[in-house]
Amino acid sequence: MQSPTRDFWIPFALLGVLVIAIISVGLGSVPVPPLTVARVLAAQLPFLNLPRDWQPAFESIIVQIRLPRVLLIALTGASLAISGAAYQGLFRNPLADPYLIGVAAGAGLGAISAIAFEWHRSPLGTAIIPFGAFAGALMTVALVYALSRVNGHTPTTTLILAGVAVGALATSLSTFILVAQSNQAARVLSFLLGGYGGAGWDAVIAILPFALIGFIVIRWHARALNAFVFDEEQAQQLGIDVPRTKIILIVAATLTTAAAVSFSGLIGFVGLIVPHVVRLLRGPDHRRVLPLAALGGAGFLMLADLFARTIAAPQELPLGIVTAFAGAPFFLHLLRRAKRAAFF
Amino acid sequence: MTLEIQSLTAGYAPKIVLRDISIRAARGELLGIIGANGAGKSTLIRVLSGVLAPKTGSVSLDGALITRLPPRARAQKIAVVPQGVRLPDAFTVSEVVMIGRTCYLPALGRERAEDWRVAREAMAQTDLLALADRFIGELSGGEQQRALVARALAQEPQVLLLDEATAHLDLKHQADILNLVRRLARARGLIVIAAMHDLNLAALYADRLALLRAGELIALDTPARVLTESLLERAYDTPVILARHPLSGLPLVTLRGEEKIK
Repeated sequence: MQSPTRDFWIPFALLGVLVIAIISVGLGSVPVPPLTVARVLAAQLPFLNLPRDWQPAFESIIVQIRLPRVLLIALTGASLAISGAAYQGLFRNPLADPYLIGVAAGAGLGAISAIAFEWHRSPLGTAIIPFGAFAGALMTVALVYALSRVNGHTPTTTLILAGVAVGALATSLSTFILVAQSNQAARVLSFLLGGYGGAGWDAVIAILPFALIGFIVIRWHARALNAFVFDEEQAQQLGIDVPRTKIILIVAATLTTAAAVSFSGLIGFVGLIVPHVVRLLRGPDHRRVLPLAALGGAGFLMLADLFARTIAAPQELPLGIVTAFAGAPFFLHLLRRAKRAAFF
Repeated sequence: MTLEIQSLTAGYAPKIVLRDISIRAARGELLGIIGANGAGKSTLIRVLSGVLAPKTGSVSLDGALITRLPPRARAQKIAVVPQGVRLPDAFTVSEVVMIGRTCYLPALGRERAEDWRVAREAMAQTDLLALADRFIGELSGGEQQRALVARALAQEPQVLLLDEATAHLDLKHQADILNLVRRLARARGLIVIAAMHDLNLAALYADRLALLRAGELIALDTPARVLTESLLERAYDTPVILARHPLSGLPLVTLRGEEKIK
């Protein structure tokens, strides 16, 4: 009977994520050794006066180009995993992933609208895209949830059917916008394929508040999520203000989904696989699941990106293909051999 | 401490399930709620737990309306052992019991020594200590039910509501759970309200019985006075035979069994 908040896996996972990040930053057309990457990054910290004995070009490549891209991928992976975990606990449904329930497609529609109608020319600049994604995602989740509710429950079948239908609607609207605004087609397409090429610090800064607020709010409700896993009525009898908590959690999970989709396009599987792998390894307590899913999502997506960049270099594979290819068999393998039941 | 139900009418709009129910229960009492399927037993438990709001009338605990209590405060006073719920397999028994402490714990931060002490005591009382680290999904139905009782005890409630909590248990575990809640009622001054399916168990364990028929309270008295042929035939719409329990002298209820007698 140990306390789940002091899980020794958390520091290890954090270390793993850091190592992957450093390797990831070093890799590219101009390779930089991991040790140099670590020193360049350390030199960026205030109060740390390291001798700058590396090629000056390294520093700008790492800090201006590679680091924001890797950070954006890490944030995207963490956001997808944590929002998947929250939706699954909240809807008491193991298949409630931001993609399957259509929220990601809604966020995509919002983001694509923002790109296609050139909202980024507004004073907010690129930062408007996550707002568009958030609005689209929130409308989708409200619609899916209302459609799939049967007598106070959200059965898997109706949830997935409603999610697929609403998601398809959002995707078709996205395609329509793509065709109608053909002068913006290149930008929108590169978004759809996970256009990290142009991802800079402005993108990281634009999604950071969405992701952070979402993470904090969801983690704040970890105990409530544990009660939700029983069912809503029991959660209420255990002292949770169910209607209020549900709205807070839906909005928070939708914020993180919007953060994930805003600059990465549609990457499936992370929100489904990562929380389940964490549950299989470390049990269903959300106080462990949420931080480990965030770290796992970040690490997983950075690894996927490493493969996407190197396996057919100089050609880059779309990230979504890699996540599905790597994620599905791993998940099935764990599902078969795990002692702990798969879902909750 | 008293739980007071005053002229309660409740249901699921537009249907009315409970009509004009008034019951007072005092500390130390085990009140059984009996009645046919659909008579309103579970609905009454749901109203008393604060999950379903009354249409008219009120439920109050020591004068405070339970519908006005914030969920956390309500869960510290009223705990429920639900019936026929599917439990999340991958939680361990001690994790399930500790979830009963949710209403005392801050959002962040760890369980305190006091929480572990209460959870451990709840498991000891339900004979679950040996199973503390087992997964709920691996346990038998009876053990799972005991874990739910332990979870409710971990809430340290003043009112314990049981919704047919012994319905699917074997004789020993039925007796264990009912003995336990009766002892708790006496020792800690709990108010225990139990919707019960089995009339003979109700006679043996309840101090008083409330008999519901189509949402109305048609009798509220000691088992000997409620379990009569005329009241039961009215409530259950089937002929019954009454006998006496050989030790307690309490009523024993059975069917006529005509087919076999012929």
